[in-house]
Amino acid sequence: MTNNTTQNSAVKTNVQHLIEIQNIGKDYQEGESTVQAIKEMSFFIDDGEFVSIMGQSGSGKSTMLSILGGLNHPTRGKILLDTLDIYKLSSEQRADLRSEYIGVIFQSFQLIPYLTVLENVKLPMAITGRKAREQDKMARNVLARVGLANKADRLPDQLSGGEQERVAIARAIVNKPPILLADEPTGSLDSKTADEIMDLLKELNSEGQTIIMVTHNPEACKHTSRTIQVKDGSCYEH
Amino acid sequence: MIFLVLGLFIGIATIVTLLSITESMSRDIEDRLDQFGANIVMVPRSENLTLSYGGITMGGVNYQTVEFDEERIPDIRTIEYSKNLGLVAPKVLGATTVKGKEVLLMGVEFETELQLKNWWQFDGTPPAAANELLIGSQTAATFNLSIGDTLALGSSDFVITSILKPTGASEDGIIIGDLHAFQKILGKEGKVSMVEIAAFCRDCPISELVMQIGEKFPEGKVTALRQAVMAKMQSIEMFKTFSYGIAVLVIFIGSLLVFVTMMGSVNERTREIGIFRAIGFRRGHVMQIILLEAMVVGLIGGILGFVGGNGIAWAALPLVIKNGSFAGLNYNLGGVALLLSVALSLVASLYPAQKASKLDPSEALRAL
Repeated sequence: MTNNTTQNSAVKTNVQHLIEIQNIGKDYQEGESTVQAIKEMSFFIDDGEFVSIMGQSGSGKSTMLSILGGLNHPTRGKILLDTLDIYKLSSEQRADLRSEYIGVIFQSFQLIPYLTVLENVKLPMAITGRKAREQDKMARNVLARVGLANKADRLPDQLSGGEQERVAIARAIVNKPPILLADEPTGSLDSKTADEIMDLLKELNSEGQTIIMVTHNPEACKHTSRTIQVKDGSCYEH
Repeated sequence: MIFLVLGLFIGIATIVTLLSITESMSRDIEDRLDQFGANIVMVPRSENLTLSYGGITMGGVNYQTVEFDEERIPDIRTIEYSKNLGLVAPKVLGATTVKGKEVLLMGVEFETELQLKNWWQFDGTPPAAANELLIGSQTAATFNLSIGDTLALGSSDFVITSILKPTGASEDGIIIGDLHAFQKILGKEGKVSMVEIAAFCRDCPISELVMQIGEKFPEGKVTALRQAVMAKMQSIEMFKTFSYGIAVLVIFIGSLLVFVTMMGSVNERTREIGIFRAIGFRRGHVMQIILLEAMVVGLIGGILGFVGGNGIAWAALPLVIKNGSFAGLNYNLGGVALLLSVALSLVASLYPAQKASKLDPSEALRAL
């Protein structure tokens, strides 16, 4: 059964959510024609939720995730993060917001190939003003948390796909952001490794981490507390 | 980045090589001029006397002139700047009659004189004994003399061992012999008519030397050969201008190379820049990364360029200057090369860095 979440959020206007997506739309210009990547989407995410946004390729789910991450200015609508309209902020303020509040796990890991595992994990802390020793300690702790304490000095291409995904997760959570955005985190993994990664994300969620995951895989959605189905630029909630 | 370092290395090395070679050439020219060419001449103060040698007006031929005492000549080396003095070549000058014609005799210390006039070319062997002569080409032609001939001067016989090839100067028409032998013939025992002095003047003002010698010999008129100094300065300036011209060209090409490489690097690293922006890096942070890289590349290129340039200069100098020696590491040049390399790298990377920082994160992330 599906419900239009616009109606849901309208009902819950008096309740303060961690993130509120209000009538978001995104158009792209392709030559002379305008393509609607997102027609209109409205939903909310509460603190500590593990929400999956599921849809086929080209449905607009990744665009939605980049808008949520403050990386892609929507054509219409607004995103409220703790009542703060993030697209009213300047691009530099949004960069600060990402640094402090949002961790991103990219599709295909997106590690910097010439940096070691430890350096990759330390990367988000490079702009935080933390002391080098503290950065090192935090990065090693988080690597131990994802089970890669003994591979800190390896280069990414010396790791398996599952291990690289764990490094990507470690990098996303090292600054302890309240929100974690994951773009197809299991997309390029075999089913066993994908399950391990989902278990890790669930574990993080059980510790209070809010996670928003984009996926096309219905199996991955089974691990989440709520699924928002995206189809043809609109969304419905399961 | 390796190519960028290599490019900067080549650029800086070229500049350092050129400037090092120029410096060594300048020093070599200065040394040669200083060591082998007289640049100070001391003649007695005299009036109404007409004898010319080397463009210097001397005391007359037939009149009694003021001369220096030979035993006082070593006093020249007691001046304050004596360490700047090279060769000191005293001469006695006077006229005598040979086969009914008047001819100018010049008595010299051959060992010193031949070092001083190292451009002299002659047939035969230079005089080694007091009774041997070196004669000018015009003198040889006038008196129909050739090597091995004997010439009577005064009461002594002399053997001609060498004939000077035409110099276009006063030497062509004179007879050159041993200082003491000629003093005797001319009746000027213990007297010296003039002194030519070669001074090392890289670090000293030549006018100061002239003044100090003048103070020691108040009866003498000490003159710096302005022409030699001017020629020296002109040669050095010409080399320097040439090197600076090449350096400017190399800097321009180097800047272009850094610019193109950094632009290429920024384009290639769109994905990486997208990741940086997505994890919270500000525009300024992205610029910092690119400029920091440029600075490191500039530093490495500069250091390698300075070391390499000096190495090339050291290896190439013997090919450029015969018997030339490397002037040594110039640390001032090193500092300038390093600064230049870093500045060049930073300036040429400014626009690419700005472009990188302005990349729209969503555009950059589309490459993911």
